[in-house]
Amino acid sequence: MIRVVLPAHLRRLAGVAGEVRLEVVGPVSQRSVLDALEGRYPMLRGTIRDQQSHRRRAFIRFFACEEDLSHESPDASLPDAVASGAEPYLIVGAMAGG
Amino acid sequence: MSGVRVLVGTRKGAFVLTADGKRDRWAVSGPHFGGWEIYHMKGSPADPDRIYASQYSGWSGQVIQRSDDGGATFAPVGNQFSYEGTPGTHQWYDGTPHPWEFERVWHLEPARDDPDTVYAGVEDAGLFKSADGGKSWQELPGLRGHGTGSAWQPGAGGMCLHTIILDPANPARMFAAISAAGAFRSDDAGQTWQAVNRGLRSEGIPDADAEVGHCVHRLAMHPSRPEVLYMQKHWDVMRTDNAGETWREISGNLPTDFGFPIDVHAHEPETIYVVPITSDSEHFPPDGQLRVYRSRTGGDEWEPLAKGLPQQNCYVNVLRDAMAVDSLDECGIYFGTTGGQVYASADAGDSWAPIVRDLPAVLSVEVQTLP
Repeated sequence: MIRVVLPAHLRRLAGVAGEVRLEVVGPVSQRSVLDALEGRYPMLRGTIRDQQSHRRRAFIRFFACEEDLSHESPDASLPDAVASGAEPYLIVGAMAGG
Repeated sequence: MSGVRVLVGTRKGAFVLTADGKRDRWAVSGPHFGGWEIYHMKGSPADPDRIYASQYSGWSGQVIQRSDDGGATFAPVGNQFSYEGTPGTHQWYDGTPHPWEFERVWHLEPARDDPDTVYAGVEDAGLFKSADGGKSWQELPGLRGHGTGSAWQPGAGGMCLHTIILDPANPARMFAAISAAGAFRSDDAGQTWQAVNRGLRSEGIPDADAEVGHCVHRLAMHPSRPEVLYMQKHWDVMRTDNAGETWREISGNLPTDFGFPIDVHAHEPETIYVVPITSDSEHFPPDGQLRVYRSRTGGDEWEPLAKGLPQQNCYVNVLRDAMAVDSLDECGIYFGTTGGQVYASADAGDSWAPIVRDLPAVLSVEVQTLP
């Protein structure tokens, strides 16, 4: 079970409160987690990464275990603590804008 | 009893304002989509319960929302806007080629006869169509690819397709306007397009009479006179009587001919409204006095409308999609400001009153006239 924390504006868009819990089949990577997230909540497609290129949107960041994973390969394995559900995978809106 | 529903898009959410036909007591609902920019909301002429909304944020991009119950509830629909083929390039601000990249939807125009058909004007300028209620979107690439696209350049607000007008008498004819490219017309339901900018003159471009490059801010048409269009350009208020083949200036005695919105009285095709703004660098009304100007002669002769509007220390702007008219017997006029006020006139502009005063900056105003 993967735990995902969305920023508030995406929680409202998806109609969820608190953490999202996802089953991910196969290796646990940023790509497989986001695939599972968008499969469960299709209204999030395009709001975190581009729908075609899957490139991360510029003002979205990915954190886990006190590390910034935003620039890591999307296919790299996520930390064991995320894969086991001990730690959440954080999708964060960058501190910008008004 | 008949009534109106005013759809207000702001920098931080959407608001729905409703009143009966007197238009003096208002109910306000919202914010819907709090925190998101709502560039535009518009109801279907074929089904007033069907409303489309363009929801955007710099963090999370574009979302399209749809209501099937008159704005009481919304649900997200499709938000994939992919240009047809290889997008190519347009001009960047510095004149260098820049790849076409989708950024946001500026304007949604539902078809007149089918609630599931809706057009979207987007930045970087392109025209999309959905025939399934917004679930999927396909570009009408003939506009971007008609031949001048590589010369288009963004205006200060981005290279946006902000106006879509569907000819009520001829389903094959439609108009679009782009900042800063100009006005375009299709006579085959959007498959092919031609620039219709003859008569426009823009001192800010190298060739003032060029075929494209004009910063058209807004077009308006009265449904009974589809050959006549009115235009608020960056500078100059313009008119065509032959569907854009030629334009002539009708700024007349306006205190300044810079501005953003322009609209037409619901029952008087020669009565038009603009909001003069000081200049391209000073986006506020002259002398701190907010005044709508009305012409009852199709342009050239204008009168200020100030009753009920702030006449001192007012330095707001009215953006291009932030004015609308209802079609009640006594035509109502509405506009929203960057200061968060939405003003209404229930007497064709003779007098005004605020519906709300303290919303976030208003990006767009549309009104539905309800049975």
